[in-house]
Amino acid sequence: MDLFEYQGKQLFAGYGIPVSPGGAAETVDEAVAVADRIGYPVVVKAQVHVGGRGKAGGIQLAADVDECRRHAAAILGMTIKGHVVGLVWIEQASDIAREYYASFTLDRSAKTHLGLLSAQGGIDIEEVAATSPDAIARIHVDPVEGLTPARCEAWVDEARLDPEARADTVEILHQLWRCYEEADADLVEVNPLILTTDGVVRALDAKVTLDGNAVFRHPDYQEYEETQPRDAREQEAFHKGLQYVGLDGTVGVIANGAGLAMSTVDVVNEVGGQPANFLDIGGGANADVMAGALEVINHDPKVHAILINIFGGITKGEEVATGIVQALERVTIESPIVIRLDGTNADQGRAILQPHLSDRLRLEPTMLDAARTAVQLAGKAG
Amino acid sequence: MSIFVDDTTKVVYQGLTGSQGRFYGRLNREYGTQVVAGTNPKKAGTDVDGIPVFANVAEAVEATGANASCVFIPAPGVKDAVIDAAAGGVEFIVVITEGVPMHDEAWFFNELRRDYPNVRLLGPNCPGIISPGLCNIGITAGHIAKAGGPVGIVSRSGTLTYQALYELAQQDIGVTTCVGIGGDPVPGTSFIDCLEAFEADPDTKAVMMIGEIGGSAEEEAADYIKAEMSKPVVAYIAGVTAPPGKKMGHAGAIVSGGKGTAQAKMDALRDAGAKVGLNPTAAGALMVDVVAQL
Repeated sequence: MDLFEYQGKQLFAGYGIPVSPGGAAETVDEAVAVADRIGYPVVVKAQVHVGGRGKAGGIQLAADVDECRRHAAAILGMTIKGHVVGLVWIEQASDIAREYYASFTLDRSAKTHLGLLSAQGGIDIEEVAATSPDAIARIHVDPVEGLTPARCEAWVDEARLDPEARADTVEILHQLWRCYEEADADLVEVNPLILTTDGVVRALDAKVTLDGNAVFRHPDYQEYEETQPRDAREQEAFHKGLQYVGLDGTVGVIANGAGLAMSTVDVVNEVGGQPANFLDIGGGANADVMAGALEVINHDPKVHAILINIFGGITKGEEVATGIVQALERVTIESPIVIRLDGTNADQGRAILQPHLSDRLRLEPTMLDAARTAVQLAGKAG
Repeated sequence: MSIFVDDTTKVVYQGLTGSQGRFYGRLNREYGTQVVAGTNPKKAGTDVDGIPVFANVAEAVEATGANASCVFIPAPGVKDAVIDAAAGGVEFIVVITEGVPMHDEAWFFNELRRDYPNVRLLGPNCPGIISPGLCNIGITAGHIAKAGGPVGIVSRSGTLTYQALYELAQQDIGVTTCVGIGGDPVPGTSFIDCLEAFEADPDTKAVMMIGEIGGSAEEEAADYIKAEMSKPVVAYIAGVTAPPGKKMGHAGAIVSGGKGTAQAKMDALRDAGAKVGLNPTAAGALMVDVVAQL
């Protein structure tokens, strides 16, 4: 779950990490009210789940109420990399002397956590990493050991920050580590971490990704789940508890297991088609789940054919076939369906489907054959 | 021969009294696995279909000689279950449970690496391990696999593993061991661990490797194949046309440095001498050719 900047900053503040005073606003009037409360100048910042906001004009300085009104009006409703801005964060402007970079994430290769710290933070940090990797100080943190004070200090020294920033940064990194660990974050990133002209270190941005698997420890994260960006199809699938990712094509895909679903999307592409989605219905493939999956795909106006790719393991072919037949009785499907059913008791399953087969419901022996037929049907309809 | 397990492996099921543990514990026993015990602190002294239930793994090991465990405990309890198993004295821990928090996984992986270096962890979020005809621990449908050899399978994906087992069986090709390492961020057993074991196993003559987009485990496996493997490897990578996943901030881009795409993985594997199939069927056909030439 990706957090908006304002949610990340609220989380940071809870761990004692200094952030600028501010507030979130959905309308121009709300934005002005926040700005009046905290005092000008303020920065008006678009709240979207993508980077590059500054370059897109989504971050503006406002010296007074007129400018605040103008910028908020321009930014609210703006589209940044396909994301429509529905919310702005208004915060007190900072006098920036230096911009640093700090983050914690998992290093999957080393199987430990990795902290990155640089004196050259700001919008071009990836460029810095590519051209002068030595400008980024790296620290591997053993999850059992945690971030010890001595190693944290050595890490900050290695990053060669300005001397007046050292003490504050050491403290902030400890708080950031605690946030990463205790809040079950996959990523905490501060870019920039600023040193103000008054010699204060502060998080000017907050990029936080929380681990959806840890919601059982953090019941309040439900709120973040609700505010994840989803299109209408993804929203429907989310409420049905389905693993769904919307794509742009015309062939609706249903498969059991994430790997098989991904593989099915690949094969549709391989035979010249365009998948409309990735949808994993899990191992069970019973009638309820199948009906829900078909409903979601049915509501996608771009879909012209549906490919169901099921491999029976523990779940037997006849159970899967019965589930499909029952689901089809409950949902009126707009597009022709092509089924590939293989694995445990596939023959019995195919026998159950046999009496229901027609031009609108076809059965193919292999994944490739099924994909070809589905792509062909989608092409005809389109 | 097989890797990691064989017909002498004795398994304790942590969570045997739950619905999943009971269902798969019975299935594994029907397959021929030595299912010797279960654990549940509240139901110690009872049994499930004659399988005795103990309060913890240490007691199960003492009473039954169990040397492996299979975890069907819900995600919140997995961290404690893994440590219970390692401290209890088993050498091999298979965690089927999905949805384990990343920080828990990272913690118990490193805790085992530090304090229990001889314990092998498989998973979390994996289908388990099967040596057809000898031992099946986890949720793989055992009957779809043909016993014997000469192929070893290692896979990050559940259903694609079944697909691979099935396609090989259809071609009358046997499997020494099939290891599902799972798709989580911190897998206890890696591709390289399995490749190393297959390379050392005299009955395994070729290896099928099934990967996915994300992370750099396949690229690391490719480096290993290039440097150390004498046996042929056939690979398939799912997710060639998946949309670019959400980027984990700048940190993700800095750490991955261009790795992680299916294309990068396939290129690395081809460069290492592996044969790469564009879809599961093509990979199966490549393996048929490889086996024919052994």
